[in-house]
Amino acid sequence: MMAVTIEKPDGKPGTAEKTVPAAPVEKTRRISRAMVVGAVLVVWLVLFAVLRGKQTLSLAAADLTGLHKWLNDLNDSIGANRNSNPLFLYFFNEIRLVIDNLVTFIQHLISQPSGARPVPQIGWLGVVGLAGYVSWAVGNWRVALLAVAGFTFFGLQGLWQESMDTLALTVSAVFVALLFAIPLGVWAGLSDRFNRVVTPFLDFMQTMPTFVYLAPLTLIFLIGGASATIATVIYAAPPTIRITAHAIRNVSKTTVEAADSLGATRRQSLLKVLLPMSKRTVVMGVNQTIMAALAMVTIAALINAPGLGANVIQALQSLDVGTAFNAGLAIVVMAIVLDRVTTAASAREETSRNAKDRFATWRRPLLGAGAVLTLVLIYLSHTYLWAADFPGDGTVGTHIASAADTATNWAQDHLSGLTNAIRDVLTNGLLNPFQTLLTDSPWWLVGAVLVVLGVVLGGWKAGVTAAVCVGLLVGTGLWSDAMTTLASTLVATVLVMVLGIVFGVWMGRSAIVDRIIRPSLDAAQVMPPFVYLVPFLALFGATRFTAIVAAVVYGAPVAMKIIADGIRAVPETTVEAATSAGCNTWQIITKVQLPMSRSALTLATNQGLIYVLSMVVVGGLVGAGALGYDVVAGFSQGELYGKGLAAGLAIVLLGVMFDRITQAAARRASA
Amino acid sequence: MTTTQTEVPQRRGGPQDSAGTPVISVRRLWKVFGPKAEKVPESEELCGLSRRELMDRTGCTAAVRDVGFDVAPGEVFVVMGLSGSGKSTLVRCLTRLIEPTSGEVVFEGEDIRGADAARLRELRRRKFSMVFQHFGLLPHRRVVDNVAFGLEIRGMSRAERTKRALEVVDLVGLSGYENSYPDQLSGGMQQRVGLARALAGEPDVLFFDEPFSALDPLIRRDMQNEVIRLHHEVGKTMVFITHDLSEALKLGDRILIMRDGRTVQCGTGDELVGAPADDYVREFVKDVPRGEVLTLRWIMRPPADGDELDGPELGPDVVVREATRTVLAAHKPVKVVENGKLLGIVGDEEILSVVAGQEGGA
Repeated sequence: MMAVTIEKPDGKPGTAEKTVPAAPVEKTRRISRAMVVGAVLVVWLVLFAVLRGKQTLSLAAADLTGLHKWLNDLNDSIGANRNSNPLFLYFFNEIRLVIDNLVTFIQHLISQPSGARPVPQIGWLGVVGLAGYVSWAVGNWRVALLAVAGFTFFGLQGLWQESMDTLALTVSAVFVALLFAIPLGVWAGLSDRFNRVVTPFLDFMQTMPTFVYLAPLTLIFLIGGASATIATVIYAAPPTIRITAHAIRNVSKTTVEAADSLGATRRQSLLKVLLPMSKRTVVMGVNQTIMAALAMVTIAALINAPGLGANVIQALQSLDVGTAFNAGLAIVVMAIVLDRVTTAASAREETSRNAKDRFATWRRPLLGAGAVLTLVLIYLSHTYLWAADFPGDGTVGTHIASAADTATNWAQDHLSGLTNAIRDVLTNGLLNPFQTLLTDSPWWLVGAVLVVLGVVLGGWKAGVTAAVCVGLLVGTGLWSDAMTTLASTLVATVLVMVLGIVFGVWMGRSAIVDRIIRPSLDAAQVMPPFVYLVPFLALFGATRFTAIVAAVVYGAPVAMKIIADGIRAVPETTVEAATSAGCNTWQIITKVQLPMSRSALTLATNQGLIYVLSMVVVGGLVGAGALGYDVVAGFSQGELYGKGLAAGLAIVLLGVMFDRITQAAARRASA
Repeated sequence: MTTTQTEVPQRRGGPQDSAGTPVISVRRLWKVFGPKAEKVPESEELCGLSRRELMDRTGCTAAVRDVGFDVAPGEVFVVMGLSGSGKSTLVRCLTRLIEPTSGEVVFEGEDIRGADAARLRELRRRKFSMVFQHFGLLPHRRVVDNVAFGLEIRGMSRAERTKRALEVVDLVGLSGYENSYPDQLSGGMQQRVGLARALAGEPDVLFFDEPFSALDPLIRRDMQNEVIRLHHEVGKTMVFITHDLSEALKLGDRILIMRDGRTVQCGTGDELVGAPADDYVREFVKDVPRGEVLTLRWIMRPPADGDELDGPELGPDVVVREATRTVLAAHKPVKVVENGKLLGIVGDEEILSVVAGQEGGA
């Protein structure tokens, strides 16, 4: 009966989404808080009508503030002193050298001509053989076939070298990341103190939008492979650290105690109990690290990292959908292959344990035979040109590109009415008014609204964070751009939450739907964010709206999954009690399941926002303007470098502000 | 069921009669969790507080408070209490899996609290072993490797430890499963693995921390009988933690009842039932079938004038239920005799008051 007494959760979901963090604990507080939010909005609108267009702090695209110029100068002076300053000479440059050597070494192995050879040390046949063999050894024969097919497909697409460049960068970044992440993860798992120290850093690293790492790193490590690898390491290491620590912590206390009671030393219980028992989970962390690395490596094309990402960016900038699609497809295929192989590797433990003995006895000789065969393939590809250089001229790729172009043209010819209508409705009905409200209000008014909302929704601490962030945003000199970005971000987040609630509730209520939808969500999440842009670019052209849709598609899966899990976590008995009290389905959803998964809803908002925000820069590539454009322009034009850096900082500030507010609200909701 | 029940009175008294030096001797043992925990046992005032008051005053939780007992060689010593009574903390203090706050734990003449890390590991490797409620098996190892784990940690060679492990696997009745993985076994079988692991190292003392609480009732009974059988076969000293009174009565030579970290009563099963120390214990033992626990010693009366003293003779430690038939069949009161000395007599009335009264409780 308890469930039924939770009355009147929210009659108007529409308004709730804009201010979703408002998920208060009690009914009385809910009403008063909603009223405060409403009052704040009304005051804002009234003041907006009066003060419109004053003190908006807008800055033209080519204008620079003192900060931007100072950052430019800093960049120049670092460039000038790179080889004389001891910090650079003995520290940063050394790091760059080591990383560069590692990347170049792997590139010479599989992607770039090395030394006097016109081809890499290992040609396509060897790489395909090796990929198949490794996949089989760590996974099973099915993923091995997938790997062989996938790698062959890169060659057929005419993207062999680019794919191998991407792979080389990914492999070196993953190697370096794991080198640090696993020991750190074990340490964090064993030591509470270290865990407390490291957790905020990991949180921060994961909240920061991907691109933001890139700019400061280029300042230190120059543009190119080393910066790309280091950025990738920073982005990709946290999942493994976190998951390893989690795995170590989650080893059954009794088992550890049992080992202690048998007189195990610390070392023995680490090597014989903790590590073996967390192996499977750690492999899942490695999977996430690999996927994150692949995503980041493609994005790092913005700072001249070689590989498939570069193809996509060039094609996006010239609005060449066909080429972008072909390269994007290669990224997708690589993501699928890497994901499947590592997932199979983590599942392997379990399956091999239950497998019949005859497999176990045959496995060793088979692995040996496979190794010999692989070595032969590598030797062939090292020695003969036919096995080194992928045969054919990538006609398959050309076909794919032209097919994509045809489809795009067809879509533009036939669907443009529909897509334009959607675009215009959303742009004019939601985005433009909202953006006008944000950008045309005086900065202090918007700032005050943000701070007050922070206090109301997240408490005093969140309010203080919001105030500091607002202050710093003004300081970056990009207030107006930040507000434009904020408008798109919020609109995208609202759409993410609408999709998240609809599909999340559906998935949460039906196991079958969950089983059908979840794999595609998982797949969507491992895709590098770039790839989303391509089809929407084809449908909607280069506009803000394209960027928003791509961001929604990128952010929605995580929101759906969180909400579905929240709905599922509502105790069965509560739902049963509501049903026996005579609730219909709609009542159960709105009066029991949604209110009881409040904290999941808030968490979904938080994650949705972060995901959307991390797409801002990608959106900048296809006409989203504002901060995203500032960052992209900063990479390509020297005189805008400082502004780009400041724009990156502004994105971080937005992220931190909303992360703090929504997290504080989530804590309140679950308290 | 019957076989084990008859064993109880036979075993009882054995260890105590032969009691030389105790294997484990616990004195004034305290375990307090919280800030400045070590202050609590020192302060007479704080010692007197109830758990609740102590929590409010100092923010400390006293899990074990001033507990002391001896365990004789070969004895099965049971610590019984409800959840939160501190019994699991107590057993962990004995091997310092949890560090005691104060007091003494003397094992074979050595105060364990003074042992350094190496010595403690040595003791755990050679002298103690423990069976856990949730088994604590290693899921990535086969049964035989789980059983051999303790030997492996000692540094025994693979061939040797596998040989020993197979013996113990056989002893606990798991032959044929040595190459299975723990998750392929039922709960009862998993606990047999836990038992085998504890036995493999041939320890002097076995600690059981509610080993059968997670098992189904039928399997639990099997496992209890298994422990009794193993106790007969290997004769180890055992310290057994449980929250189940019937399990305590079935297995224990002596039982220590804990409540809120303190000892409420410590004695044999018939002592608890026959002379409960307070209402708490009385409430506890209320539903125990008294005829199955009490011995004639508890119900005999001194011979009065007019009693015929030529009836059959029985020992004082015969359980009432066992004696019922004899007493009711005889037309005269039964004499309770120990070492040729007449202790008292038992007539139909005494027997019937126990046997008939057992349903309704004391």
